Amino acid sequence: MAEIEAAPALRLREQIDWLQGAVMAALLVLLFVFILYPIMRVLWVALADENGQLTLIHFRNFFFRPLFREALWNSLSNGLWVVLFGSLIGVPLAYVIARYEFRGKILLQTLATLPLAIPPFVGAVAFQQVLGRSGTVNLLLMRWFDASIPFVDGLAGVVLVQTLHYFPFIMLNTAVSLSNIDLSLEEMAESMGCHGLRLFRRVTLPLMLPGFIAGSLLTFIRVIDDLGTPLMLNQKNLLAPQAYLRITTIGIDDVDGYVICVVLVVLSLVSLLVARKYLSLAEYATVQGGGAIAKPIHGKKLTLVFLFSGLALALCLLPHIGILLLSFAKVWSFSVLPTAFTLDHYTEIFFRVPHFIRNTLLYTGLAAGFDVILGAAIAFLLLRSQLWGRNLLDALASLPLAIPGVVIAVGYIRVFHGWDFPGAGAPLTSTWFILVIVYAVRRLPYTVRASYAALQQVHVSLEESAQNLGANRLRTFFRVTMLFISGGLVAGGLIAFITSCVELSSTIMLVPRIELGPISYGIYVYMQSALGRGAGAALGVVAILLVAVGTYLTHRLFGGRAGSAFRV
Amino acid sequence: MKRPALLLWTLALFLAVDSLQAKELVIVTSFPKELFENYKKAFEARYPGINVVINSKQTNAGVTYLRETKNRPEADIFWVSAPDAFQTLKNDGLLEKYAPPKEVMAKIPAKIGNFPVHDADGNYFGFAISGYGLMWNKNYLQGHKLPAPKEWTDLTNPRYHGHLVISAPSRSGTTHLTIETILQAYGWEKGWTLLLNAGGNMGAITERSFGVPEAVISGQYGIGVVIDFFGLSAIASGQPVDFVYPSLTSVVPASVAIVKGAPNMENAKTFVNYLLTEPGQMQLFSPDIARLPVMPDLYAKGPANYPNPFKMKMGGVDFNDQLSSGRRDIVNSLYDHIITFRHNELKEAWATIYRAEETAAKGKGPNVAQARSLIAEARKLAAQVPIDDKKAGDKEIAAAFRGKSGLKAQLETEWENAARSNYAKAKELADKAASLAR
Repeated sequence: MAEIEAAPALRLREQIDWLQGAVMAALLVLLFVFILYPIMRVLWVALADENGQLTLIHFRNFFFRPLFREALWNSLSNGLWVVLFGSLIGVPLAYVIARYEFRGKILLQTLATLPLAIPPFVGAVAFQQVLGRSGTVNLLLMRWFDASIPFVDGLAGVVLVQTLHYFPFIMLNTAVSLSNIDLSLEEMAESMGCHGLRLFRRVTLPLMLPGFIAGSLLTFIRVIDDLGTPLMLNQKNLLAPQAYLRITTIGIDDVDGYVICVVLVVLSLVSLLVARKYLSLAEYATVQGGGAIAKPIHGKKLTLVFLFSGLALALCLLPHIGILLLSFAKVWSFSVLPTAFTLDHYTEIFFRVPHFIRNTLLYTGLAAGFDVILGAAIAFLLLRSQLWGRNLLDALASLPLAIPGVVIAVGYIRVFHGWDFPGAGAPLTSTWFILVIVYAVRRLPYTVRASYAALQQVHVSLEESAQNLGANRLRTFFRVTMLFISGGLVAGGLIAFITSCVELSSTIMLVPRIELGPISYGIYVYMQSALGRGAGAALGVVAILLVAVGTYLTHRLFGGRAGSAFRV
Repeated sequence: MKRPALLLWTLALFLAVDSLQAKELVIVTSFPKELFENYKKAFEARYPGINVVINSKQTNAGVTYLRETKNRPEADIFWVSAPDAFQTLKNDGLLEKYAPPKEVMAKIPAKIGNFPVHDADGNYFGFAISGYGLMWNKNYLQGHKLPAPKEWTDLTNPRYHGHLVISAPSRSGTTHLTIETILQAYGWEKGWTLLLNAGGNMGAITERSFGVPEAVISGQYGIGVVIDFFGLSAIASGQPVDFVYPSLTSVVPASVAIVKGAPNMENAKTFVNYLLTEPGQMQLFSPDIARLPVMPDLYAKGPANYPNPFKMKMGGVDFNDQLSSGRRDIVNSLYDHIITFRHNELKEAWATIYRAEETAAKGKGPNVAQARSLIAEARKLAAQVPIDDKKAGDKEIAAAFRGKSGLKAQLETEWENAARSNYAKAKELADKAASLAR
């Protein structure tokens, strides 16, 4: 009897492992073709000498040039400052979100996530219009006190803007850890006489540290890779702008640009690995347990919470408010508020050129869809299989976090332009589908992390019992596993969607023709002319609204765990 | 995993149908929307059956795109302002030679001032003329009680410190030509003295050409160094700005080229001919385009008071195109390494010098004379160019800037170090002068 029973089970397992292996192989090939190979094609320049031989001479030169040493130092110190200031905003907000229950909490969560997605160009203009040297705030200060504050001058300005831009990473990640903490641990400590600050320092802090560290390192990676902020504030002595300026200057093939890209990738990968290592060591302890329950608050405490979050949000959403004003402005020049208003910009973008909005919905929607499917498959293999190559899969899927958009875009043109994509009758790069691919690739890490986090919560025994009841593994995957992690999947997909909505760096290289451009590209086109500011801002408002709806739904579905997708 | 694959194939089919359209004309351009939309509409109306496809890219992204797609060109026309972009593409062999019909070329002069309108080898053709000048925000100047500028030399006015904006010449072909105009008008040493002093007055050095008019229109900075149509079109759209051509200026054509191996060669030729004949030229007068036609006869039909470059005095700048393009990479990199990347130090040095001068002007002590000579020394240091024009015109050095040679890195480091130490010393001297004069 025993033999007869064991045989089919064994066969099933063998067959399934083969299936898992096939999926793994397919995924590896896919990631290799669309991530690793194009990137290598570009970065190889930095590693080759004049005869195409491998050399490290360019890296040696990098450290001998004072300009690059200065840029490296500036980037690193910027990253640390942003993490520090971002924590000052992010951690209290995370605590409020994870621990308290009150009306308008989802609104607070949504608004506090919005700064992650500032539309390109118009965000910069709006920022200058509000906080710049002749911005609203400074014009008022000049009028009232005959003084102005250089908010956006120098590297300090870059730190300020990046803090307002990236603190949600710290907030979201810390909130996840906080809501994972078993409340009974704190209760135990309290019953033993540990209260207040001591309780926070001795119990809560160590338990929320994994999420905080992950968020901080992610913020750090994004800050050193950030190109938009330094360029908009005209600060060029940082790594990312130095790389960009060198790669995209006409007529010069500058090796140094690619060398800086490699340096950036190495820095990001190191941070990524450190974060991973730390998380895997520290979070083990909190995987078990029921999780914290948010307490309702009233009265003074509630007022205090509202006051703090209101103040923090007002500051962080200044650019968004600026964009809204700009989209209705006809003339806004050296004045506190626009001096002439119009609705024309909205007529323009909704009726004359609606394709920008349509394309954005199509591309980002498809990309998010692919990301959900790929993310679920990858997370499943990472957590539930014992196959060789899981680490490689993990590394490849995380790589896009560390690669500047320009590098991926140039890589795609280099790899895919020469030949007709089977069935398309044209190279992949002449179709709009290349944009879907680049969005899917660049946001894949988010869905992988979201699915991974969701799957971690599903106990293997649930899947095992489904199989005991006769379902095969494939059926189990689709009918049980997928069902349980669907919330996480949708949230991951939404995050892929909202971050793709404002993607510019690879979009601008890859859009094959103007009719196929998404919103971010439309903003670029409008911002190239004196009359286009308003219409560009109106597109920016649409992007913000799309992002806001996406964020709201994410928080609805995922609650305090929305940050799981922003894990590293 | 089957479903996405299926979806992919369906999409691929979709795309196949999408790309089967015949009779296209694909244009890569960095021009503003108003310009290419007007032309697209007019051209399609005149040549029914040709569908104009616009691929709007920043100039440098456009160059990269043409380079990366050269084995299988997609675009037919390359259409931008920056002359360097055309020269680069020509050197790379990415442009198609073309000889437009004689009756078309007859109405366009070979030169504007000293600048050839078309490429001598027929690789690209000037279709509009641009001049360089200064654009300012009237509200801003009024608010800060500043006078309007007239000449390039005004940029060194201490009162303008921190109120000016320019784009880096390495990022903007048009700014590079402005810089060259200044260098050729005033000579290498004097030109750089002006540029370094003006650089110290800049509030910002932007990375995009359009960043400059943007900053002036929004009133972040008062005065910007721009190409004329940025100023003229902003005035036309009702912004509170104004524009002037300095007396020492040069005008330069904006060009159009056919891409080597263009898939729609006949349409591309038709488009070039269209741009160079009267219907295409007349469109340049429209207020939201505001560019200067290359057909001198046409100005009689244009709006009243329209600037006419064929009648403007060129102020004696004998613009040498060969000289300019030969040392372009060096001038751009030099500007970046002593001005753009050292902007903080340079700005600070000049601020200190101006403060010292103010103190010296008011001071009556016995040391004022000594302070003055220190200030003169500081001024010299803060406006010193670390390489002479002979070396800058050296062919070997120019070649080093195009290849992977270590000479480029070495020179750039030298320039950077010289700039650092000069500006630091200048600031030190000026500080000393200020304390002496007090």
